[in-house]
Amino acid sequence: MSLSVEIGHRFPGLDLDVAFEAGAGVTALFGPSGAGKSSVVNAIAGLLRPDAGRIALADTVLFDAAQGVHLPAARRRIGYVFQDGRLFPHMRVGANIEYGARFAPGGLDRAEMKRVVALLGLEALLVRRPGTLSGGEKQRVALARAWLSRPRLLLMDEPLAALDEPRKDEIFPYLERLRDVAQVPIVYVSHNLAEVARLADDLVVMQRGQVVLSGRAEAVLSDPKALPLVGIREAGAILPAHVAEHGTDGLSRLTLSGGELLLPGVVAPEGSTIRLRVLAQDVLLSKAAPEGLSSHNVLPVVVLALHRGMGPGVAVQLRAGEDVFLARITQRAATEMGLEPGMTCFAILNATAIPRGSIGGAAGVSPG
Amino acid sequence: MTLGLGEAEWAALTLSLKVSAWAVAISLPPAVAVAWVLARKRFPGKALLSAMVHLPLVLPPVVTGYLLLLTFGTNGFVGRVLADWGIVLAFRWTGAALAAGIMGFPLMVRAIRLAIEAVDPKLEAAAETLGAGRAARFRTVTLPLIAPGILAGVVLGFAKAMGEFGATITFVANIPGETQTLPSAVYAFLQVPGGEAAAIRLVVLAIVVALGAVLVSEWLARRVARRIGQEAPR
Repeated sequence: MSLSVEIGHRFPGLDLDVAFEAGAGVTALFGPSGAGKSSVVNAIAGLLRPDAGRIALADTVLFDAAQGVHLPAARRRIGYVFQDGRLFPHMRVGANIEYGARFAPGGLDRAEMKRVVALLGLEALLVRRPGTLSGGEKQRVALARAWLSRPRLLLMDEPLAALDEPRKDEIFPYLERLRDVAQVPIVYVSHNLAEVARLADDLVVMQRGQVVLSGRAEAVLSDPKALPLVGIREAGAILPAHVAEHGTDGLSRLTLSGGELLLPGVVAPEGSTIRLRVLAQDVLLSKAAPEGLSSHNVLPVVVLALHRGMGPGVAVQLRAGEDVFLARITQRAATEMGLEPGMTCFAILNATAIPRGSIGGAAGVSPG
Repeated sequence: MTLGLGEAEWAALTLSLKVSAWAVAISLPPAVAVAWVLARKRFPGKALLSAMVHLPLVLPPVVTGYLLLLTFGTNGFVGRVLADWGIVLAFRWTGAALAAGIMGFPLMVRAIRLAIEAVDPKLEAAAETLGAGRAARFRTVTLPLIAPGILAGVVLGFAKAMGEFGATITFVANIPGETQTLPSAVYAFLQVPGGEAAAIRLVVLAIVVALGAVLVSEWLARRVARRIGQEAPR
């Protein structure tokens, strides 16, 4: 099942003109506030009727301006998790969750509800009032409610934005579980690159109502052109890594296609595959194999491209084995080192600088 | 002084309760509809509609009563048509219910409109994405959330109907057993020598009924608020 979106809409102060496809897995709509991301998901959900374009989910046409088709939101069967949860205040948590199934084909399946409640850890909350829940609990209930409506597509509009960092870490494992068991495509809106890097399979980068970059998440995040779009401080590629073993000194040995890394704070079990986020500004380059270094994390790399921007920095695209990532160094260093595409050199990744929260767990890892 | 009620007093009390109940029952659905339109819709002439709804509140009740008589009287343009179908309102208790309903209408609309405006349309949008059509959304989300406002409107409308005098006496006169409501009866007893005792009994009765209604509505309001979770700490 895949979603195809091609819409145009004129807002005061913003011209929305967006086209993308979303297949299986998580497609993240990433961009700054005001880029029009929420309007896009509202149009997909049927809460906004665009001026022009076409939206189709598999072979169902949801919206077609030329044909005058605009399927009402109630008949689209698209789950929507809002930033503010939007639980019904007059119903207990259990009734809120059951409401999801109320209008779904086949109605409420008790076994399914039990499974979802267990998956999201909601057993103890069922008799509570939404007003007594924490922000993270509300979002988990909202996830369960959307889930039980048997959606053909799941939309999430900044579901974590209203939460503080500890709450985000609390809900992330649930989101990852949902992603892994979901048989439907998920469109995930966020302006937080750490979230996107952790969850997204595909990435659509939006700016001022336009799609400026899109593709597989690894490809977009290792594209030097993405650097100014995602912000220099936040920019960084995601690399798949295999957890080879957990050492007794608290460091875990990870194998990548282009070498090995030693990282602390890896919670995934040995033998599993995790995602690493390597921030561009945490990567150093050396022409010679470094010796006597305090870091163990050195990968031999090939320079693929250099991208000079407006500032004093240069984004260097590197390949280690099959993985591509970025280093951000100064213009002057690039010149002095004589960096050019095709050169081989060594990348030093400051492992302790990779935030703990950006080490994504693999499927089936128990939270906390 | 005795509170033992005479036949005329009982008749006035039961008639007032019947008239008020019918007045509220008949005006509630249109009050909810008009409140919805005023709270949620934008259209040219909205201010005019709002003014029309509020008219009975600001017009002298006698004027409203006279207008009702002109419209729904046996020679009125609506009354004539209704009379052909065998429906007569003037000088009947049904007319008293109509007058009381119209006088209470603006109060009901106001209370319900405020409640509807307090409902976040985003909750309805959430229900919509879960597959709830327009009617289902209203029934499962909006209606439970505005229940306290509807209750407040019903209490206000009922109280207004119980106390309605000017429009009622103008439209349906003061016929014992047919259109003599509690206030009309008090007025009638005060017009005859030696009627004070009966009038005072009715006044006490009116106070008891009013107090009872307020207490019941407070209790209901608390229950409803608890049911929709408005007491819960945020």
